[in-house]
Amino acid sequence: MTLRLKNVFLVSITIAFGLIVLLGYFTPAVAGLRVVLLRWAVIMTGVLLWVGAWNLGMVHVHKIQIRQPGSFYSIILLFSGVVTFGLGMVLGPTNSAARWIFDYIQVPVESSLMAILAVVLAYACARLLNRRLNFFTIIFVGTVVLVIVGTISLPVIDLPFLHGIRDVITQVLAVGGARGILLGVGLGTIATGLRILMGSDRPYGG
Amino acid sequence: MSLVSLLGIISILGFVVLMFFFAAVGRKSRKRYLRDIPAFAKLRRGIGLAVEAGQRLHVSLGHGGVNGLEGASALVGLSMLQRIARAASISDRPPTATSGEATLAVLSQDTLRSVYQSIGAEEQYEPTQGQLSGLTPFSFAAGAIPVVYDQQVSVNILAGHFGSEVALITDAAERKGALTLAGSDSISAQAVLYATAEDTLIGEELYAGGAYVQAGPMHLASVRTQDVVRWVIVILILAGAALKLVGVL
Repeated sequence: MTLRLKNVFLVSITIAFGLIVLLGYFTPAVAGLRVVLLRWAVIMTGVLLWVGAWNLGMVHVHKIQIRQPGSFYSIILLFSGVVTFGLGMVLGPTNSAARWIFDYIQVPVESSLMAILAVVLAYACARLLNRRLNFFTIIFVGTVVLVIVGTISLPVIDLPFLHGIRDVITQVLAVGGARGILLGVGLGTIATGLRILMGSDRPYGG
Repeated sequence: MSLVSLLGIISILGFVVLMFFFAAVGRKSRKRYLRDIPAFAKLRRGIGLAVEAGQRLHVSLGHGGVNGLEGASALVGLSMLQRIARAASISDRPPTATSGEATLAVLSQDTLRSVYQSIGAEEQYEPTQGQLSGLTPFSFAAGAIPVVYDQQVSVNILAGHFGSEVALITDAAERKGALTLAGSDSISAQAVLYATAEDTLIGEELYAGGAYVQAGPMHLASVRTQDVVRWVIVILILAGAALKLVGVL
């Protein structure tokens, strides 16, 4: 009985706050209340960031405790996190030491991952022809090749018609297709939100 | 209240009425209204095989928060996590959820805990089953890759807001020979997933995921409502184009 009352309470809060925010976009009478609730949500998101960081730390502490493969990297992660956090708290996030960590460690690491991503995508494209060779795969790979060739500057030769083909693909065909997909995504977003507001979908454990 | 606001409220009310209508009709009718999406059939088989083999299911919710438009795809991922956790609760290795946003990490923990509470197996729940794997898109992908590689994962379900970095996760899954079902609300991620994932959910197929995993009658009703509203929008667009062509608009 206690559990069900708690669930009813949680669902009621969710529906009430959701309806107020939704109506706030259409009705000036509750627009001010909508802004207040959204500010509360932003503050809670900030607090939850701390909870998430704690969770991240606990996951890696657990990995170290059970000596899971790769736990050495968890030690490095925890050490790096503590040092970065400590520097930021003591010296300030715009301090030269904190900026040095960001500019010379964080940015190069993420840039490297982006470089790896480029290679992974090229390999995946080639693998796609082997794994799933059908009409749509040929269209997909052919479009990728045409857009890339139409975008880069080829040495020695200049083929302006490739730029025209690229423009037709990217500005006409792709835009039309993207709009169709986004239409479906938009309708799905509306349906998901309304299911939450009606209380029929409770993916938050209620 | 302006005319646009009034039209907005009427549209939303119409959407809700249609959902209730199709939910009522769906309860009485046994006819199947969902088209076959092979990805979900493979998912059902994959869940069964994972449970039998004592392997793990990995659900990734992406790095979009619940405060913006990308929150809808994350909520769909949470609904799928709820159903999958219930189906895989008897497995030797419980499912793991990764996310790139703190709110989603907490929600995934709450979802998993409530599933185990509802089946009377609360002692099986561990907070580390729902984990924040990184706070930036690439760090999230980098944190999810060890989960795919090291935790005997046989099925990966990626449902949420992802960017192009999702290719790193799907590539890791491919190398491990794991089944991957992936969908995102982002156009660029969908293009990447088409090339890298075994089964991709394009466009609104992600949002129909709840209906395909039997998350409830309202999920099926909302899929049918979306189909109706889509046709209405198509007719309005074509009518507007025709009126523009003849010079009326």
